Amino acid sequence: MTSTAARPTAAGRARSVARYAAGRLATAAASLAAVVVAGFFLFRILPGDPVRAMTEGREVTAEQREELRRQFGLDRPLWQQFLDYVTGLLRMDLGTSFQYREPVADLILERIGPTVLLAGTGTLLAALLGLFLGARAGWRPGGPGDRVNTAVALFFWSVPTFWLGLLLIVLLASGRGFMPGLFPTGGMTAPGTTGPVSTVLDTAWHMVLPVTTMVAVIYAQYLMIMRSSLMDEKGADYLTTARAKGLRDALVRRRHAVPNALLPTVTLLFLNLGQVVSGVILVETVFSWPGLGQLFYSGLRVPDLGLVQGLFVVFAASVILMNLLADLVYPLLDPRVRP
Amino acid sequence: MTSHQPPAGTLRRAAAAGAALLVVCGTAAADGSEPRDILTIAIAQQVDSFNPFTAQLAVTTNILRHVYDSLITVSPETGEPAPALAESWEASDDGLTWTFRLRDDAVFSDGEPLTADDVAWTLTTMMENESAAVANGNYVSAFESVTAGDDHTVLVELEEPQATMTALNVPIVPRHVWEPILEEEGEAFSEYDNEDFPTVGSGPFVLTGHDRGRSITLEANPGHWRGGPRFDEVVLRYYSEKDAAVEALRGGEVSFVYELTQAQATALESAEDIHVNIADGKRFQAFTINPGAVTQDGEEFGDGHPALADRTLRQAIVMAIDNQEVVDKGHGGQAVAAGGYIPPRYTDFHWEPEEDPLAFDPEAANAMLDEAGYERGEDGVRVSPDGDRLRLRMHVHQDRPDNVNTGLILVERLADIGIEVENLTVDPGVLSDALHAGEYDLIFTGWTVNPDPDYVLSIHTCGALPVEPGTMQGDAYFCDEEYDELYEAQLAEYDRDARAEIIHRLQEVLHREAVVNVLAYPNIVEAYRTDQIASIQYEPAEGGNIWGQDGYWAWWSAEPASAEAAATGPSTGMWIGTGAVLLVLAAAGGFLLLRRRSTMEDRE
Repeated sequence: MTSTAARPTAAGRARSVARYAAGRLATAAASLAAVVVAGFFLFRILPGDPVRAMTEGREVTAEQREELRRQFGLDRPLWQQFLDYVTGLLRMDLGTSFQYREPVADLILERIGPTVLLAGTGTLLAALLGLFLGARAGWRPGGPGDRVNTAVALFFWSVPTFWLGLLLIVLLASGRGFMPGLFPTGGMTAPGTTGPVSTVLDTAWHMVLPVTTMVAVIYAQYLMIMRSSLMDEKGADYLTTARAKGLRDALVRRRHAVPNALLPTVTLLFLNLGQVVSGVILVETVFSWPGLGQLFYSGLRVPDLGLVQGLFVVFAASVILMNLLADLVYPLLDPRVRP
Repeated sequence: MTSHQPPAGTLRRAAAAGAALLVVCGTAAADGSEPRDILTIAIAQQVDSFNPFTAQLAVTTNILRHVYDSLITVSPETGEPAPALAESWEASDDGLTWTFRLRDDAVFSDGEPLTADDVAWTLTTMMENESAAVANGNYVSAFESVTAGDDHTVLVELEEPQATMTALNVPIVPRHVWEPILEEEGEAFSEYDNEDFPTVGSGPFVLTGHDRGRSITLEANPGHWRGGPRFDEVVLRYYSEKDAAVEALRGGEVSFVYELTQAQATALESAEDIHVNIADGKRFQAFTINPGAVTQDGEEFGDGHPALADRTLRQAIVMAIDNQEVVDKGHGGQAVAAGGYIPPRYTDFHWEPEEDPLAFDPEAANAMLDEAGYERGEDGVRVSPDGDRLRLRMHVHQDRPDNVNTGLILVERLADIGIEVENLTVDPGVLSDALHAGEYDLIFTGWTVNPDPDYVLSIHTCGALPVEPGTMQGDAYFCDEEYDELYEAQLAEYDRDARAEIIHRLQEVLHREAVVNVLAYPNIVEAYRTDQIASIQYEPAEGGNIWGQDGYWAWWSAEPASAEAAATGPSTGMWIGTGAVLLVLAAAGGFLLLRRRSTMEDRE
């Protein structure tokens, strides 16, 4: 809408793009710094003492507790612990987990694959399903299809993830009466699974219930965005033109309305990562999926300060990164918001 | 119309490809080597380390008990110390020299014999190296020296006599493996995780794999001197959610689950081929009353209610509570009402008050308080002789449903004797912080008691008071001269019956002083599949538990059920499950195609 002014020169455009990108980068860097500080102090306000929690019920002496405290670095003044943590982060060292006695970075690397697999598949399927149904719902808002679809999606959206996961396990995994268990109750592969083909198949089989849970819980947001976005497009002049050309209704929707309505949903894909992260923690816990969510859950119970602060920084950084990407990519997709 | 043929064809091809994959997978599964008897256990706790010198968490110490032998174990029949690596043991007349005679047929899984040198080296390392003392240093803290007399004799010199010498719960490791590790790791020894599989140990199982967050594998050691285990493998599988683990047991994916709630046990009792084992508790559930937090030097801290320093008030609180009500309503009947400090499963150390002066009697409690000058205010709440209103905070473990229920009962019962309770149901961390800061009035606690009760008794000696606020060893700020004398006496008493007698008197003092008040001994609730496990040794044999034994009896003795019955589920389930997914996909695809066709026809 700003194009009433003289067409900007190429150099000028490049400059303003650079300024825009620099601005976004600076914001992201500031958020990241805030996350680093919060990650340290947030978990130290948590009540409880990791050493006491880890030795709970064990017949240990005060000296043994002291030695553990020393090994964890908890005997040092807070400011020094903070300094170690920050300098460690600068060297890409996320610290050491108390309970696993391993570098947090190693633990994360070990677990990130399963999480990306689960969260990625879940998000992709949820987006496809949500966009597909949303396009249909938005095309005839208020119609029976719209009402059923929206109601079902919102029902699942409001169902607690934990409960839905357990329900699926009870119904489909453990077997009731004459019905055998169709899917595993948890884990990523059965112990002792070897060979690439059976590993892939076994993993896919183990993924069915967790992915279903994830999709059921999150597809509603894609559906709602697509629906409202398509409803906005519905009255647009170019659709009247398309209809006037004699195109079939379905074609008008698919070829003309949907591509334009897709734009806002693209950013949603990026921005949603935060919700995906929190969703995946719950899904992984219910289904004992050996990913980052399960790792985080096990760390919170101690509290394993090294582990939870490291994971917190990684989770937060990935959300910030995705937001940044969305900011940078959107202008490329939608010329109207180009700086 | 023709434009719709290709998609339908694609779908058919996809279905065919899926079926082909299924066949491939089916044959892959059938290819497996001869069937092995595998016992699968659902666990939730993560592994901290398999290094027996540093491992802290219950799951790992439990696993290591099956991988490394100890000198002496516990007999499942009598509950008393029983031979393991040591065939016999004796103390010198002054009680300061202990001689352990080792069996000569104990062999490490790499073929090297286990000798007195390995024992002496293991114990000495824990005495000399701080990072090697983290897990079990408490057992050797009073050791003067450990030496190998000959290949099969170990001599331990003590600084003071200690009766706990028959309960040294220390994994004995091969020196030829660990000495180089200790040298190589140096300062980093505390980080060493002992994950070079298979690990070398002398126990009935060998640790062969750990897929973090997924499973841990133990293989039977057929050469174990006690005879090899019946199952070929024990696999511990991770279930982060207990309800999911219960479903896995139902479906046959795991053979055993433990630490069940009342509701889970009830649900499983009606299931086929599942046996729910309800065992006598090893744990006591108690609440302690803050008698005024002090350090060892007598420095007072915290903000406990001042009136609680009065023993009469504490005793009245105990008398107001009906332990049977706590069992019935708090634990849903799944517990035993408490007498003394040590649970009844340890028959010789357990003590019950006879003609208990502090038995449940609210009227007597009220009379006691009236007489001691605690007058009731207008709102029915009493006021101490010093003028402090009896409004007490009570910290309750939020994560234990039986504690939460018990807390509600206590609120009502204490109201009966004119005490107002502020029920603080909190996170364990908050509770622990309040305890160590001395900022509580009533607080819930509980301990798992081992066959040798020394440790749980030691935490109530004056020596367990904090050196400075926040460093307390025990959980009650209890300090009593008579108790300390009795404690020292039991530690020096090597005659089991005489020692049990002293331990009874210790519990009597604890009961009388009414600082540590035991309410109930919760039962241990666990379940296993009878079509996978035909029989298994409980510890103790009568009314005993499976998980968390002090010996390795359960998994060592477990007898596999017939192979045909055990081979259930997964593979057939996988066929049906995958088939169901394909069916759903095909149905969805077909529906879409039909719809597309119909809408087109409608609208064209």
